[in-house]
Amino acid sequence: MTLPVHALVNARLLDPATSTDEMGGLLIQDGKILDWGSHIRNEGLPEQATIEDCQGFCLAPGLVDAHAYLCEPGKEHRETMATAGMAAAAGGVTTMNAFPATEPVIDDPALVEMVSRRAKNTCAVNVCITGALTKGLLGAEMAEFGLLAQAGVVAISDGQFAIGNINLMRRALAYASMFDLPIIVHAEEPALASGGVMTGGRTATFMGLKSIPNCSEAILVERDIRLVEMTGARWHAAHLSTADALDTIRRAKDKGLPVTAGTAPHYHALNDLELGEYRTFARVSPPLREEEQRLAVIEALKDGTLDVISSQHLPQSADSKRVPFAQAKPGVIGLETMLPVSLRLYHNKDIELLTLLHRMTVAPAKLLGLDAGRLKNGAAADIILFDPEKPWQVDGDALKSKSKNTAFDGHLLQGRVMKTFVDGTVVFEL
Amino acid sequence: MTNVNTIPFAHRHLLDIARLNAGDINQLLDLAESYASLSRTADKKQSVLSGKTQINLFYENSTRTRTSFELAGKRLGADVINMSVGSSSVKKGETLIDTAMTLNAMHPDVLVIRHSDSGAPHLLSQKVDCAVINGGDGSHEHPTQALLDALTIRRRKGRLEGLIVAICGDIQHSRVARSNIALLNIMGARVRVVGPTTLVPPNAAKMGVEVYHKMSDGLKDADIVMMLRLQTERMQGSFVPSVREYFHFFGLDKDKLTHAKPDALIMHPGPMNRGVEIDSEIADDLNISAISEQVEMGVAIRMACLDLLTRKAG
Repeated sequence: MTLPVHALVNARLLDPATSTDEMGGLLIQDGKILDWGSHIRNEGLPEQATIEDCQGFCLAPGLVDAHAYLCEPGKEHRETMATAGMAAAAGGVTTMNAFPATEPVIDDPALVEMVSRRAKNTCAVNVCITGALTKGLLGAEMAEFGLLAQAGVVAISDGQFAIGNINLMRRALAYASMFDLPIIVHAEEPALASGGVMTGGRTATFMGLKSIPNCSEAILVERDIRLVEMTGARWHAAHLSTADALDTIRRAKDKGLPVTAGTAPHYHALNDLELGEYRTFARVSPPLREEEQRLAVIEALKDGTLDVISSQHLPQSADSKRVPFAQAKPGVIGLETMLPVSLRLYHNKDIELLTLLHRMTVAPAKLLGLDAGRLKNGAAADIILFDPEKPWQVDGDALKSKSKNTAFDGHLLQGRVMKTFVDGTVVFEL
Repeated sequence: MTNVNTIPFAHRHLLDIARLNAGDINQLLDLAESYASLSRTADKKQSVLSGKTQINLFYENSTRTRTSFELAGKRLGADVINMSVGSSSVKKGETLIDTAMTLNAMHPDVLVIRHSDSGAPHLLSQKVDCAVINGGDGSHEHPTQALLDALTIRRRKGRLEGLIVAICGDIQHSRVARSNIALLNIMGARVRVVGPTTLVPPNAAKMGVEVYHKMSDGLKDADIVMMLRLQTERMQGSFVPSVREYFHFFGLDKDKLTHAKPDALIMHPGPMNRGVEIDSEIADDLNISAISEQVEMGVAIRMACLDLLTRKAG
């Protein structure tokens, strides 16, 4: 028996992996991409195919989010696999990489299996898992990378915690290289960042808040790159926000080191002025930087120094944000706004649309070793349909995440996901 | 046989393997072979060291090696004194050189020294008039262990040349590994080291070995699988994450052993951490494990070393 075919036609096909940007269509059969390209039109489709007119909207691979906190198990009051899945689907994210800052921490192979199973059962999109770099995220003892790798983790990271002990980092890099696991780091020298809540500069001086110097990022990046040179391990800076650190990445890449870097939409879209009136919802770690640093981030996204844009989705409850600024927990949610906020770069003519999508599909998939992020015959039909022009105003309360700590509440954005497919099934429709 | 028992040795001390050549090593192994036979007879005692004084100077605890040297000396008729320096003179502030001068004044014929610092036996040898045997110095060398391993292999396999020897585990901190690598290279074996990236020195390949980080690759077609002891203080957090992970990836069990030759010989310098670097099922299988024989050959090798180093040239 022939399985039914679903035909998406009259779409602007965007595939960063093959630099495709053309009108055409895509066929889905049995949850997989049967065929795609400019030759797929209304005519000549398989008999009894269901046909969907995409009205010229963009059809692209589903986004791969390399960095999200799903909070389950242990912090379900902030987010669950189910609510994160809905938020991801609404944002066009079809695969998200769950970070290990759960309770208990994902530092044990048994927990990897449990979380995978839970994700399969309750989450609308695909979930891959990053295991802890140190036991309990305490920064003292290496976690069992090898056993975690066998259980299926795609990377190793201590999430928001930077590793201050250089010897530990050296050994972690050496050890992870045996399993070809990338180590994802929070690049902020812990002693320099200690106690700081915003970036050093004019705004911090006026606001009277303890600040973190820009160089705290570059110092850690410099340190780690020396270690990468020594160990040959794969290393990824999760979210860079300063020109100096980006220059260091450029030099490391020129040397051919296995180094990649990412950033988050808030670092290319916002600067530290966003914290005016002590807006705790814009408190993130590393902190929002001054305007010239934001422009350096855009430049690095343009020239490929920054490979990846990830959401850095970090749900925080209202209780932990509605406190004096210095007491507020850092972090913003970002799954639903990742694409629309990043489309600003396209609308401002900073970056080509395909390049922008590359940073959110192929590049993160490559980083995590996933067969995702591209339109490929036979691959899972994880795809999105989006209208890059559609204007909307972010209403934090209307977002699907369980926590509402968005830094973009009230912002006017242009571009929105209309439909998201995972394994050929619609998991979100506007 | 008469030659073996009378010709002088070309070296005054036994500080490391690196300064020996194949002829020196064969001379030691051949003489040790005859002492191995002697040790199996009812009357084990000889008088070749009669009237001579051997001092075992142990700055580091070691029951096995110290006993082996003591037994070797006594079987050859020497007066053997054991000094555990760690707990006495050092605490009183005496330096190694002070101790050496004091001992030298007592006119010993041979000093066996174990020390936690690499190079300590070399320093000692410059300050005394008698022969010095390195009984293990820091992470540098343990030459008599390599010699006894070589003797064990030669007895079981008939040769050293051309054999594939996989040395597995904590290479970084192992004096046994360094001595064995040196000796096996001199004797024409093909040496591999296998261990986690954190426990293999970055420049290991420059020691003339092939480096592997997967047991299945490193053990492929190996004739000899030499396991090293993993020190427990290295287990938690710093070099490897846990005992269970270490055993899973680097502990020798029947499954991993299938990659080696069917008649591969298993060795371990002891004491073993069962379930950490080796499975009991393998350690206790006399058909494949030479661990007890290594201990036996230890006495024979040390007899040969004591004998040769106390012979006067000419």
